[in-house]
Amino acid sequence: MESKRKLYIIETVGVLLGLLWLSPFYLMIVNAFKTKKEIFTGVLDLPEAFTTANFVEAYIDLDFTTSLFNSVLITVVSVGIIIFFSAMAGYALARNKSKLSGALLLLFVSAMLIPFQSVMIPLVSLFGQVEMLNRAGLIFMYLGFGCSLSIFLYHGAMTGISKSLDEAAIIDGANKFQTFIHIIFPLLKPISVTVGILNVIWIWNDYLLPSLILGENNATIPLKMFYFFGQYTKQWHLALAGLTIAIIPVIVGYFFAQKQIIKGVSEGAVK
Amino acid sequence: MRNRDLSFWLFLTPVLLGLILVVIVPLIYGTVFSFTDWNGLSATTFVGLEHYLNLLHDQEFIDAIVFTILFSVVSIILLNALGLSLAILVTRQIKTNNMLRTIFFMPNLIGGLILGFIWQFIFISVFGDIGEALQIEAMQGWLSTTSTGFWGLVILTCWQMAGYIMIIYIAYLQNIPNELIEAAKIDGANSWQRFRNITFPLVAPAFTVSMFLTLSTSFKIYDQNLSLTNGGPFESTQMVAMEIVKTAFSANEMAYGQAKAVVFFIIVSIIALTQVYYNKKREVDM
Repeated sequence: MESKRKLYIIETVGVLLGLLWLSPFYLMIVNAFKTKKEIFTGVLDLPEAFTTANFVEAYIDLDFTTSLFNSVLITVVSVGIIIFFSAMAGYALARNKSKLSGALLLLFVSAMLIPFQSVMIPLVSLFGQVEMLNRAGLIFMYLGFGCSLSIFLYHGAMTGISKSLDEAAIIDGANKFQTFIHIIFPLLKPISVTVGILNVIWIWNDYLLPSLILGENNATIPLKMFYFFGQYTKQWHLALAGLTIAIIPVIVGYFFAQKQIIKGVSEGAVK
Repeated sequence: MRNRDLSFWLFLTPVLLGLILVVIVPLIYGTVFSFTDWNGLSATTFVGLEHYLNLLHDQEFIDAIVFTILFSVVSIILLNALGLSLAILVTRQIKTNNMLRTIFFMPNLIGGLILGFIWQFIFISVFGDIGEALQIEAMQGWLSTTSTGFWGLVILTCWQMAGYIMIIYIAYLQNIPNELIEAAKIDGANSWQRFRNITFPLVAPAFTVSMFLTLSTSFKIYDQNLSLTNGGPFESTQMVAMEIVKTAFSANEMAYGQAKAVVFFIIVSIIALTQVYYNKKREVDM
């Protein structure tokens, strides 16, 4: 049975690679349970007594309850807005086959090419002048940066939804908005999941934009992590405990939605 | 829905406002102000091309561009090799394939800033310890020299993004008809020949997609750069994005920073458009 033996070898290589891939997380977690001295004397050893004090201290210093709340609030509201408004735009552009809507779609798609750093300086300056350097301003910016890819995906998905559904709804007396809300938007649910996942990943992890917009009091997790880390550069036991805490929400989310996440990312990447 | 309908415009208003106010207006505003002595609030004199001419002698900026290009080229090659290998591995009939996909993809979900801090610990403490135990000098001080700092960034990026590239290749690998592979087997092709003559040409479009992605991502990297090396030692591992942020917000030279940002935009656009052109040409061929 040559092929069975071959598969066995492939499986072994795969498992070893998987362990190698996980090793940074392993090293982070194991060392987060050590005292400062233990990390210094042996990074690769197991902790003697699994100290949990690091986590308590890091949790308090990270003000984790507040930063978690800020991250969740900003991500949920931004992604909700992106999904709803991009779906509306994708619907309008797909149902209107004119040169103008073609040009508008092209405008949205080409905006994806613009690197953030090229607009960052005037953006901060302009929003600063109208006192919008706050969470509401940040959420609006996420709509501006996130809508391009989302509209593109919704526009593509609309080709699968028959126009006769719109016509039937209009005959039943619904207006355009009612048609969208009750008929089209529910049918777009699979693509909404994809759009949601893709946007959650980057908004949740974004550091640069919040660092330019929000102060330390309204910091999201990555921003707070930056301040926190600067404070503990020479104290790995606390820094690692903080990093571990910061990653927990992502790991929990991934555990519950891994199928949708991988599917969503593959759809977003291939289109 | 026609253009003349009010509803058409109402449906587009929120996203158009977002795009115009967040992307288009700042882009135009910034480009105009890069020709003045703008300080972020007001501009009094028009200086013409002064900032752009200064860029030609700005060694720090030139170094950052060179470093970014080198980093991007190396990352693209390694990431595609690694991503394709992982994709081939997890599309085999092995029991752990789903679990492995989950593991390889995981770093992508965690922000670059946090990943950079984790690897800072690994390069400084873990590599240092192993180097000491095995008496290997090269393992020590990984983030304190230019070349090891470069490879540190490459390792971090590969570990983070390989899973993403893997997902793209998986999508294309799964579209290869099984009959083709079976037919080649019957014809006596060995596994290398099957890979070279069937698998590789059929996943070539995935390479175009992932090249575009890796190129544009590695060009714009900021978080990982900031948290892993912070550009050190002596700005030698500083990438373009970081150089722009520093010029604008640490040195407070808004107009000059914006001139750099405009040049950066032009470079990224040229790369992207070349890619699209290449992509389109290829589609015609196939």
